[in-house]
Amino acid sequence: MSTTVHSQIAIPAVADVEIELRRSFWHATLHFCRREPLGAFGMLIVLIMAVTGFSAELIAPYSPTANDFASMTEAPSWSHWLGTDQFGRDLLSRIIYGARTALIVGLTSAIVGGFAGLVLGVASAYFGGILDLVFQRIFDVVMAFPLIIMALAVVSIFGTGVHNVIVAITIPLIPRCARVVRSSALAIREIPYVDAARACGYSHARIILRHMVPNVMAPFLIMLTAFVGQAILAEASLSYLGLGVQEPTPAWGLMLQGGAEEYASTAPWIAIFPGLAIALTVFGVSLFGDALRDVLDPKMRER
Amino acid sequence: MYQYIAKRVLLVIPTLLGAAVLVFVLMRMIPGDICVVRLGSGGGSFDPRAVTQCHTELGLDRPLIIQFLSFVWGFCHFDFGISMWSGKPVSLEILTRLPISLEIALLATVIAILIAIPLGTISALKQNTWTDVVVRTLAIGGIATPSFWLGIISILFVLDITNALFGTPWMPPIEYVPIWQDPIRNLSMAFLPAVTVGYRYAAVSMRMTRSAMLEVLREDYIRTARAKGLLEKIIINRHALKNALLPVVTVIGIEFAFLIGGLVVTEQVFNLNGIGRLFVQAVQNQDYTLTQALVMLTVTVFVLTNLVVDLLYGWLDPRIRFA
Repeated sequence: MSTTVHSQIAIPAVADVEIELRRSFWHATLHFCRREPLGAFGMLIVLIMAVTGFSAELIAPYSPTANDFASMTEAPSWSHWLGTDQFGRDLLSRIIYGARTALIVGLTSAIVGGFAGLVLGVASAYFGGILDLVFQRIFDVVMAFPLIIMALAVVSIFGTGVHNVIVAITIPLIPRCARVVRSSALAIREIPYVDAARACGYSHARIILRHMVPNVMAPFLIMLTAFVGQAILAEASLSYLGLGVQEPTPAWGLMLQGGAEEYASTAPWIAIFPGLAIALTVFGVSLFGDALRDVLDPKMRER
Repeated sequence: MYQYIAKRVLLVIPTLLGAAVLVFVLMRMIPGDICVVRLGSGGGSFDPRAVTQCHTELGLDRPLIIQFLSFVWGFCHFDFGISMWSGKPVSLEILTRLPISLEIALLATVIAILIAIPLGTISALKQNTWTDVVVRTLAIGGIATPSFWLGIISILFVLDITNALFGTPWMPPIEYVPIWQDPIRNLSMAFLPAVTVGYRYAAVSMRMTRSAMLEVLREDYIRTARAKGLLEKIIINRHALKNALLPVVTVIGIEFAFLIGGLVVTEQVFNLNGIGRLFVQAVQNQDYTLTQALVMLTVTVFVLTNLVVDLLYGWLDPRIRFA
């Protein structure tokens, strides 16, 4: 009996550890929801958008590109919950498919831009010296371009379309992330465990990726959530200007470009619902990001 | 102080030079020959001599380094060459469109400050109450709402309201009239776009005011002021707000530069012929001389605004310049 108890305490089985980890994840999520109900609400909005966007084929009542000329600019009804646009396309279906475009552009730009910035920021802080100085100046230069201006410049070169929009939004995000991560990494570089890792003869890549990167995760995650919102807004703006995602791909900004102003007084739903979808998604991301910052940033805890 | 100013001013030079290099390189990364694209856009065939002539006109036949130096030199005395689309000087195109954009930007700043500082302060003073939740939700709403959608909705709203009240729908005028010629017409044109752009601006500044105020209110000297029995009004206005406004000034300055980005989209919604709309037209028409001038101009405004903010900050807060 005593040996069993002893073995349970001293050497927990792998399965036990997994259950413990899983429980701690759910525990942490539950704790987050209880402490930050607004943040949890934001997370819920984003989750709903993500699930509907990625299973659009199953949920959307119509094809997003199917024209029904018999029911153009039709008001919301039981057959078309959010009405139809000037080509008779179902707005709800287009918004559901548009969620996919928004999230693909938002998440890809934020994640690629964020991770590139993370590695560059930490490397810049770790190596210091001339490399740091050069990186700093390059970051300064790229950050001198307001996001949408840089994106417009990139689009003017590479052209429009989903892929180019992702590139156009990713590039300006990189230095913004690198700058924030670098300042956190500078403090970490001075902590003895980095010296210890160096004394052990570990490679630079290992020290950066295994020892420094995990310790700048808090500011990085906060940046990442902010980036998702910014990227979704930037994509919507570019598409609205006709310089982003192109027809027939359904995108929220693009939906506002065509008939929204022209039919503003006769069919206001064309203008209202796509914009509401953008605002609601970015609202959810921002609420979640704020809550995450409150939880991860010890200085904010008392506020 | 002088050393701080000199250091800060000198830092502007490499940034602007780097930006010039970046703009120059970006504009030369355009796939294909600009002249071929321009001449071939009509779909018909064209004389190869026209391409050579176009190269000479745009100065593309010169070595890259000479092209770059003439670009920088031209920029220094506000000579950006000829617009590829309209054939007019780029500086003239920009100057005629500048007043309206500048007016909207300034009006938006005033609106943002008037909303942000009182609401941010109240939100901090009433932390974790209903007022706070409402103000914070309004602020996040401002960050989440795309300005062009807000523009469309506000036009919709004005159309409906005027239609219901007067029987005829009213739209804000789109042609620019200087404020000293017809102030009512001028303001009725600029007000809605300014509110549309200003809401986001106000939201960002409101959040900064709130968090700066919360930080300051926890300082020892505020406790001392309270212990002395000072009136709460004096504590807030004279002791807390003065210090809390420092980071807010920074945000207002930085966001002013970002307004240019907001204007790009908002002017499109309201059909206003400002700098932002010119930018979009330049990109759509593949007018590279105009695009490169506008990008460079935006970057310069951005860098100089940051410089002014930093110097102002150093002047307001001695801790910065002596650090």
